[in-house]
Amino acid sequence: MPKITIDDIELEVEPGLTVLQACELAGKEVPRFCYHERLSVAGNCRMCLVEMEKAPKPIASCAMPVGEGMKIKTDSEMVKKARHGVMEFLLINHPLDCPICDQGGECDLQDQAMGYGFDRSRYLEMKRAVDDKYLGPLVKTEMTRCIHCTRCVRFATEVAGVPELGATGRGETMEITTYVEKALSSELSGNIIDLCPVGALTSKPYAFVARPWELKKTESIDVTDALGSNIRIDARGPEILRVLPRVNEDVNEEWLSDKARFSYDGLLRQRLDKPYVRRDGKLRPATWEEAFAAIVARLANVSGNKIAAIAGDLADCESMFALKSLMTSLGSTNIDCRQDGAAVGEGSRSGYLFNSGVAGIEQADAILLVGTNPRTEAAVLNARIRKRFLSGKAKIAVIGPDADFTYKYQSLGANPPVLSDIASGSHAFAETLKKASKPMIIVGSGALARADGAAVLAAARAVADSCGLIKDGWNGFNVLQRAASRVGGLDLGFIPGAGGKGTKAILDGASSGEIEVVYLLGADEIDTKRLGKAFVIYQGHHGDAGAARADVILPGAAYTEKDGTYVNTEGRVQRALRAVFPVGDARDDWAILRALSERLGKKLPFDTIEAVQTLMAKAVPHLGNVDETTPASWGAFGTAGTITGGDFTYPVDNYYMTDAIGRASITMAKCITEILGQGTPRTGTHG
Amino acid sequence: MSTQTGAIPEVASFVFTPDYLAQAQAVIAKYPAGRQASAVMPLLDLAQRQMASDKSGGWLPRVAMDYIADMLDMPAIRVYEVATFYTMYKTRPVGKHHVEICTNLPCWLRGSDKIVAACEKATGIKLGETSADGMFTLSHAECLGACVNAPMIQIGDDYFEDLDETSTASILSELKLGNKPKTGSQIGRKTCEPASGLTSLTEPTKGRGA
Repeated sequence: MPKITIDDIELEVEPGLTVLQACELAGKEVPRFCYHERLSVAGNCRMCLVEMEKAPKPIASCAMPVGEGMKIKTDSEMVKKARHGVMEFLLINHPLDCPICDQGGECDLQDQAMGYGFDRSRYLEMKRAVDDKYLGPLVKTEMTRCIHCTRCVRFATEVAGVPELGATGRGETMEITTYVEKALSSELSGNIIDLCPVGALTSKPYAFVARPWELKKTESIDVTDALGSNIRIDARGPEILRVLPRVNEDVNEEWLSDKARFSYDGLLRQRLDKPYVRRDGKLRPATWEEAFAAIVARLANVSGNKIAAIAGDLADCESMFALKSLMTSLGSTNIDCRQDGAAVGEGSRSGYLFNSGVAGIEQADAILLVGTNPRTEAAVLNARIRKRFLSGKAKIAVIGPDADFTYKYQSLGANPPVLSDIASGSHAFAETLKKASKPMIIVGSGALARADGAAVLAAARAVADSCGLIKDGWNGFNVLQRAASRVGGLDLGFIPGAGGKGTKAILDGASSGEIEVVYLLGADEIDTKRLGKAFVIYQGHHGDAGAARADVILPGAAYTEKDGTYVNTEGRVQRALRAVFPVGDARDDWAILRALSERLGKKLPFDTIEAVQTLMAKAVPHLGNVDETTPASWGAFGTAGTITGGDFTYPVDNYYMTDAIGRASITMAKCITEILGQGTPRTGTHG
Repeated sequence: MSTQTGAIPEVASFVFTPDYLAQAQAVIAKYPAGRQASAVMPLLDLAQRQMASDKSGGWLPRVAMDYIADMLDMPAIRVYEVATFYTMYKTRPVGKHHVEICTNLPCWLRGSDKIVAACEKATGIKLGETSADGMFTLSHAECLGACVNAPMIQIGDDYFEDLDETSTASILSELKLGNKPKTGSQIGRKTCEPASGLTSLTEPTKGRGA
């Protein structure tokens, strides 16, 4: 390992590191614009110049690999002068319009100009002006501010896998552009806003809205997919103004999908802000007491087996736990958190988890995707698969229709029986899996929600068993969930108990009159027409499909408005924190259930969220291990059978509207018209 | 290119003619499989030449760049980047004769301002413009590497060197008539030999190699 001296600090570093990385290890800050640790090295901004002994001139530390015996100075007169010079050059054409720039207050150029800038300009010439570019409804451009670091170009090309941005022209006429007028077609395009070190790329929905120091920042968890990306919610007063990613190497690195970042404006629209009770066929505003009274009246003399509950995709563990406890005390086992009817959850926990872990993708050397398009189901996770693809160390195959995954793959056709062929070893890809040291299968939630989902799950499991996906220290069997609540719900056992009915049976029962009362906890993605004449209680935050059919509406809190526990697809328990208070009369979901239970005479044994969490951890111990994943043992799951359905299809047609928040968001609606094109189905998912 | 202005006309489609296609395939075959993208520059040149006609010089419409991107299996933006970087690729239509006048220091010291004026007078247009008949486009060029023979202009593929107002005017009028004016030095010297005749190596070499 090379020994290197940085400002009299001697240290040994890994070979292959750059001087800049070594400087960071030594605790020395090096200013930079173009360098980003997750992108390739460009070396074009020259801000990271340092002095190297025996070198005739300053070196760009981001592009210089460490060598034995190097002596680096980061704080000498030469370095200071060089960086001052670079800064002066960068500012030749930069407009210095900080007072009207949205990046103001969180701008790398602004900050570093404080350290390295001169207090006045020596230039009398005109500054250049550049036409602004159209990059879609999410990214606002002010290209005169661009300093040509090319981070956005490298991100689009490398991480997002949509090579649509580039630098055209040269010298003074160089411009960052798509050349053709078009919106970026990536689900990760918002990240270029974070990457941009100046105010050239800013958030369109957040334009001229606030200054960063006015915002209250809350660390939370995203619920728009099952990845559980770590987010920071920035709010001012009662309004959420933006959502940014937090770094979590194990989950989202530092990326965030556009849906997670931009659908927050949906939290202000279509909200249920007071209880409603249906009278004379019409939903009318009511007080909490009236709403509870209506429920108590209807539930009187209804036996437990005629009551059912379905939990939606955005539900937190606490509210599902409370609802399950209430249903148990009412004597009902008709509960289900799988509103898509997916055949997961019965049997071992490993049968519904992403067992390898999201970070495990970076070790996999053979990946088989089954009926899933991760690009639309978990965009940030897809970026991780692409990263592995770019390393050239993983063979990727897909059983499903052809689509642009942003990486090349071997198509095995869309016909499900291919799975059985691989399991029996008669398909060539079986060999690839067997030879791989860390093979991986990723089964989509859509593939399991088919009528023959249980057989698909069993076939996938057979592949795992027969092709050596399960070995010491490696479990290559993965289910990619796409609902934030799903793993938490399954962990809590929010599935039909003995003799209980699942989602499909509940809907059948409601149609036939066998089920008289249905409690929907934010469940909107079910066929509400099939609820028949059942009395529907809808507890949730948006006036979506479920609320439209409801007989009583209990207004709950959205994920930004309550403390809650979510378990992501790999089984990581994460806690979201309240950023703002629920709107109007809406309340925390666990508290609503607690209050209702008292009216029903089945008082639930908790009065605080901490008490719920303690009880929950007592019932399901691993839910107490926040921010950790608890590995699941390899047990039995799936029901072997014949796969009767036709070809696999991907469950998400419309990436931007897969939940009630997205459907209420104007930004997401713009994305559909400007990115996906007209004629995209309004609901994002099948069924 | 900064000197090119004006609207870009819509071109509906572009494909190589069989002749050009054969040349393109010969270029692509020079590179190993999977490295076809290396052929982007020669292919852009071929496309530009194919676009040339009696009424205009060659240029690269977007469809041509897209066509080449497709042919070489590379993202279109990478082709746009190359095509806009080099001044030899025209992303807007130019006249049949694209007159590029070097205005860098050596040419300027030797009187390139006069050459510009002579060109503007002979064609009736200003720098950066294209004549109404589509015959000429005038632009200034950065150093074209013929400083010994300054001042100079490039028209299409040819260099015209050691110019003055008279020779410039006569070159342009010849072009207008459809003739092919003499290329290279206009004062009769051979390539970049000294203008006043050889000062060394005046006798035949002796010994080996003679």
